[in-house]
Amino acid sequence: MIALVDYGAGNLTSVRKALAALDCEVIVPSSVDELATASRIIVPGVGHFDRTRAIDEEWRGAIRAALERGVALFGICLGMQWLFEGSEEAPDLPGLGVFRGVCVKLSPTRTSPTLKVPHVGWNSLDLPRTTDLMHEVEPGAQVYFTHSFAAPLVPESAATTTYGTTFTSAVEQGRIAGVQFHPEKSGDVGLRILRNWLLMNSRVP
Amino acid sequence: MLSKRIIACLDVRDGRVVKGVNFEGLREAGDPAALAARYNREGIDEVVILDVTATLESRQARAHTIQAVAREIFLPLCVGGGIRTDDDAASAIEAGADKVSLNTAALNDPSLITRLATRYGSQAVIVAIDAKRNRARYEVYARSGSALTARDAVAWAREAAERGAGEILLTSIDRDGTRAGFECALTAAVSDAVPIPVIASGGAGEFEHFRDVFTTGHADAALAASIFHFKERSVSDLKSFLAAAGIPVRLC
Repeated sequence: MIALVDYGAGNLTSVRKALAALDCEVIVPSSVDELATASRIIVPGVGHFDRTRAIDEEWRGAIRAALERGVALFGICLGMQWLFEGSEEAPDLPGLGVFRGVCVKLSPTRTSPTLKVPHVGWNSLDLPRTTDLMHEVEPGAQVYFTHSFAAPLVPESAATTTYGTTFTSAVEQGRIAGVQFHPEKSGDVGLRILRNWLLMNSRVP
Repeated sequence: MLSKRIIACLDVRDGRVVKGVNFEGLREAGDPAALAARYNREGIDEVVILDVTATLESRQARAHTIQAVAREIFLPLCVGGGIRTDDDAASAIEAGADKVSLNTAALNDPSLITRLATRYGSQAVIVAIDAKRNRARYEVYARSGSALTARDAVAWAREAAERGAGEILLTSIDRDGTRAGFECALTAAVSDAVPIPVIASGGAGEFEHFRDVFTTGHADAALAASIFHFKERSVSDLKSFLAAAGIPVRLC
């Protein structure tokens, strides 16, 4: 069973719909006790990093405890940024800190002086290494983004994307993974990536 | 590289697509969900449902249409037409819309843009602007193009962006329905003035029109309705044409 963490950042309808299409059983836990019954956890979300403030100490503790039990964790968009140490968007607010570095604002560069922010639309994935998450995803495959802040490149990057600068568009380390784009709105490629995440964690308790 | 988006617009009245449905041999044309499914197969990047009924009683019918379309596609879905209040936006988003498009309601109460952007994020708020040329400037019209306002299209787009809009959906009233091509001068004027993506609308008739609005019009996305209802004008053919013309598009 998958727990979808609802912390008030955007609606969960399209993520639920995509998981239903992949025959997943989903709950939206209203308490940390309910969260503890899940074998997988997804942290979705769009919007301002400050929204993650709603994932308070109690919930962070419950998610950390779940990770120690071998539960798989997947962050989508803002949920992926939250897996890093934090974001310039809300500098006083720490992320979960599973991955090193702080998310920074996308902005025009010398080579892209008219860059529009937010980064909205379909952009391509570069695959720096072989990962389970990107299994059978072609380099250059396109997925749907909508965001203004982006995560730095890290050794755990499973995909990178360039928009003005090159940032981490997917990350994977053991049972923890995340994507900056919206797999639930990225057509067949997005569903493939969601399915990959489900398969790579099919042995979890 | 970020692709230029091709967006299909479904003009819906009482749950049926009403624009460009008079084509023989296209039985699915009236059903929004069937049409969305076809566009999805052909590689459309995004779908907009424009509800032209837009009465209070139609809110439930609209939710039903949104749900039916959302079941068919795993793509961004925007809903516009009759989004007048916070509750209208909430019901559209709960039904499965990723974005709502505001037009007259935003002109009447610009703070609605900020309220919805704060609640759902800027990415969920599109401000639609219907503009008509008057000598050297573009005037904004409300109420589906029937009511002239005192606003200038470029200035209003800037204000909408400052208030938290995530994208601008810009329709040329002069070109809408003419199939004479997008109004590239209007699109470029607005696109160059705002830091957010601009979707060009109104006038699509030939594949070349899309190329032109992406090059000279500086558009980030282009929206069309009836051109795609022709089977011989498929989204995939359009994208192949654009790719050959050097425009970055998503090929499926």
